[in-house]
Amino acid sequence: MPERKIRVLIAKPGLDGHDRGAKVVARILRDAGMEVIYAGLRQTPEMIVAAALQEDVDVIGLSILSGAHMTLFPKIMELAKEKGVGDVVFLAGGIIPDDDVPPLNDMGIEGIFGPGTSAEEIVEFVKRRVERG
Amino acid sequence: MELVDRLLSGDRRAAAQLVTLMEDGGPIARKAIAELYPHTGHAHVVGVTGSPGTGKSTLVYELAKQFRSRGKTVGIIAVDPTSPFSGGALLGDRIRMQQLSTDEGTFIRSMASRGQLGGLARATGDAIKVLDAFGRDTIMVETVGAGQSEVEIARAAHTVIVVDAPGLGDDIQAIKAGLFEIADIFVVNKADRDGAERTFLTLQMMLDMGQGSGLPDWRPPIIKTIALQGEGAALVAEAVEEHLAYLKESGDLHIRSRRLAKEELRRILGQELFNRLLVEIRAEQWELLTKEIADRELDPYTAADSLLATFFQRIAGDEVSGGRAES
Repeated sequence: MPERKIRVLIAKPGLDGHDRGAKVVARILRDAGMEVIYAGLRQTPEMIVAAALQEDVDVIGLSILSGAHMTLFPKIMELAKEKGVGDVVFLAGGIIPDDDVPPLNDMGIEGIFGPGTSAEEIVEFVKRRVERG
Repeated sequence: MELVDRLLSGDRRAAAQLVTLMEDGGPIARKAIAELYPHTGHAHVVGVTGSPGTGKSTLVYELAKQFRSRGKTVGIIAVDPTSPFSGGALLGDRIRMQQLSTDEGTFIRSMASRGQLGGLARATGDAIKVLDAFGRDTIMVETVGAGQSEVEIARAAHTVIVVDAPGLGDDIQAIKAGLFEIADIFVVNKADRDGAERTFLTLQMMLDMGQGSGLPDWRPPIIKTIALQGEGAALVAEAVEEHLAYLKESGDLHIRSRRLAKEELRRILGQELFNRLLVEIRAEQWELLTKEIADRELDPYTAADSLLATFFQRIAGDEVSGGRAES
């Protein structure tokens, strides 16, 4: 019987060591029936894209609190395109100032979820975006 | 099939997509298997199993580095459990394999068990075929944290490593039954901890008493490691290579391959027959019989017999009328 599971990679790029939020999101998505690959802390863009490729994920979730998102996110997106996995859905969480949201959206990171986001909101977003294809 | 052609030409993305295809199953997956199967049979499949928390992932990572340094390409399939409640899974084995993430000679894939018991996922065997056809020399399969009966790995691997660690109950409580008998190599990990020597000696004693894998000229070595520091990993890698050499020399590799093929065929046949049965038996008949069983009007064995009788009648009917229109 064919069954399609949504596969998600959760990774923390950059150097900050706070992965609580990332772990919470990982569990939320797991509890919504998804297969979540947790890659852990201090991931370089190369590591994130290599993992996304090997794991054939539908979604990459990035969590960052160090403030380096405007440097790291574009690098990850570019590399993903280069390696042929540019079609995945990106979402981001952590501390991202409001002013940075529009340029990130333009880059293709549609789902940006800061502290206080409800579990339903994230699950709803992922399901809707993955189904749209 | 384009995806298989890309796999055979060494495209990593194609390998990843094919594993997903195997997990989802269905007719396209079968077509892919039919095409890539002639290209399989070259890899050495190494299973790594043991109780949760013994350090399987860390050991697999250290072993992968060892095989890479010996010039081999490596595939890793790491299986973790699916939640029986949500159907979701949290796959965390990559965390312990960071540095190999970007190595071109290593391909790591996390796999959820999706309700399959026995320590592997239904698609693990097919994922092994994909990585085999992809040209990986050594394919390591890390099972779900296993207890006393998760021995499916013995039906998928040429060499089975059972990882134990001190402090998991009295002596080797955790692996005393099934796991002990499938081990080709024992690893006592976390060997710097209290009780490691005792775990080592207990394993040795059990082997002395003649328990174990039952290969005539192969006594499973017991190797102490501290995987977190990479200590002992080289010895384990050597033992893995020695075991393969032994399997080749003794002719056991041939016997094992035949046995694995037979078991796989039986399993697939069982599944297929059951699926066919589900198609042929009408829902009303299921409902009726289940109700009768629950109401104690009929016992389940007689009910199964009557379903089988209906099934064979329908199939015979198909043959007389020259097969079904859609097939």
